[in-house]
Amino acid sequence: MQLLLVLPIVLPVTTAAVCMLFWRFGAVQRALATAGAAALLGSALALLAAVRREGMLVLQLGNWPAPFGITLVADLFSAIMTVLAAVIGLAVVVYSLATIDIRREAFGYYPFLHILLMGVCGCFLTGDLFNLYVWFEVMLMASFVLLALGGERGQLEGAVKYVTLNLVASTFFLSALGLLYGMVGTLNMADAARMLGEVGRPGLVSTLAMLFLAAFGIKAALFPFFFWLPASYHTPPVAVSAIFAGLLTKVGVYSLIRVFTLLFVQDVGYTHGLILVISGLTMVTGVLGAIAQNEFRRILSFHIISQVGYMVMGLALFTPLALAGSIFYIIHHIIVKTNLFLASGVVLQLRGTLELNRLGGLYQRAPALALLFLVPALSLAGLPPLSGFWAKLLLVRAGLETGSYLIAATALGVGLLTLFSMTKIWGKAFWGGPPEAAGGKAAAGEVRLPLTARLSLYLPMTALALLTVGIGLLAQPVFELSLLAAQQLLDPRIYIQAVLGGEG
Amino acid sequence: MMELLMAFVIGGLYAAGIFMLLRPSPVKLAIGLGLLANAVNLLIFVAAGLTPGRAPLIEPGAVRPTVPFADPVPQALILTAIVISFGVLAFILVLLRRAAETLGVDNLDDMRSTD
Repeated sequence: MQLLLVLPIVLPVTTAAVCMLFWRFGAVQRALATAGAAALLGSALALLAAVRREGMLVLQLGNWPAPFGITLVADLFSAIMTVLAAVIGLAVVVYSLATIDIRREAFGYYPFLHILLMGVCGCFLTGDLFNLYVWFEVMLMASFVLLALGGERGQLEGAVKYVTLNLVASTFFLSALGLLYGMVGTLNMADAARMLGEVGRPGLVSTLAMLFLAAFGIKAALFPFFFWLPASYHTPPVAVSAIFAGLLTKVGVYSLIRVFTLLFVQDVGYTHGLILVISGLTMVTGVLGAIAQNEFRRILSFHIISQVGYMVMGLALFTPLALAGSIFYIIHHIIVKTNLFLASGVVLQLRGTLELNRLGGLYQRAPALALLFLVPALSLAGLPPLSGFWAKLLLVRAGLETGSYLIAATALGVGLLTLFSMTKIWGKAFWGGPPEAAGGKAAAGEVRLPLTARLSLYLPMTALALLTVGIGLLAQPVFELSLLAAQQLLDPRIYIQAVLGGEG
Repeated sequence: MMELLMAFVIGGLYAAGIFMLLRPSPVKLAIGLGLLANAVNLLIFVAAGLTPGRAPLIEPGAVRPTVPFADPVPQALILTAIVISFGVLAFILVLLRRAAETLGVDNLDDMRSTD
């Protein structure tokens, strides 16, 4: 049973290593990468089933007892996140088969994609703060390479910004780790949570909490720290954008939720109050930034920021319902946002541009694609009966229950603006006639994609669209799962006891 | 005394690193990141407490080292952090060079086409 905890880390690294052995054989790498991603999804689902059945799973690596060795922990929240990472991994690998050019493939695209997945799964499953830092770096290194791979102008420029700001965030994280170790003498999350309750130096603990907030806030693209995201996410190939959009900021959100439900719960009024303000500002600035943009992927990038605000809003309200709303929102957002980016990639393949002013008439040209864009777009804006509606409903309801009317109103208003921005894409790119001044590919009868390419493009998109519809129609089981995960998070004693054993 | 001195050294390194990050030159950006990485390593070292001259070795026949002894954990952490920051720094040097060659500018303030 404990093996399930290791598999989501071991499977991607094995896949990456075997892919590297077949460095010169693109076809073999593609087959291996797909099989590896499918196996990862299987193991992640098995992990979620096991955690659901038996409660928290804990593995002490090398058989060193808890505070001394490295611990792998899977509670429901981690298991849900791992499943989501695997779903997106598989979708993006299948999508990459048709969209990644030979040159990128020859320089190790698939191995790096799997190393990225390993880093992400490692972040979700570790129970040790320094280990979390190492997984962050694994993930970042792979993402640096994926972002810059290909060496186009925009990519390199985006990569400079992305790399610099993420390294600064890592520096903050490491500083915070060092100071935490100096204060409590342990880096095991459960042990540190127990000790932090006893140190009794609230000023110092709050300072530390702020350092962690800044470090993870940069990774999650929260309000004052989000500038790197819209400057870089629209530059790499769409498959890379999609996996970044789906997973990377969410690792930051996951870490924030983990740290601010387990470690820093001494002064909730101050820390979580600050997070609430930040979440509101994140929503508003993200959505306003999106309105000013006129390029498909840039609009979607800004929406990632505003959506992260919603996820953090649930953490800030800090009630079971709100946290369940956050988890529901993360589930919904990862699926939907990846799907939107994948749709933008098909548009790029068909028309060769993503500038909204040079698009148009795609509904006539590719009605299936239009539908596959419309479903996640409306879900993102929160229209019933899609998954986004329930996610927003839970958060707004939690806001009203705690009497935080301002944030609830902000959430609703931002939802409306999201709808505006999605209809803008719909109106300019899909509706209307083809643009007159398009020239080039669009005028010359457009690109016809071969059947295999269409299959590998539309299969993941259809699957993700069905998922968001499915979550919308069958919201109850997903909500119950989120609520259970939230209740586990809100009672740190369960976590501490599971990791440290009886004496905790 | 030693800790006070180290605190000033670390503060200086942080300040210098951040100052270099804010310069427009890509080379200074890399230097700044390097300085910051070293500042953090020293911070971890000092935050865990300095115990000079007391290696955490176990005497023959004893089951634990005699207190006070230097904490080996931060040293292990720093070792890991050094390896990571070295790799990352190597990557960013290559990236900055490629970026400057491809974009034809060596001024970070001019790299604003993707904003």
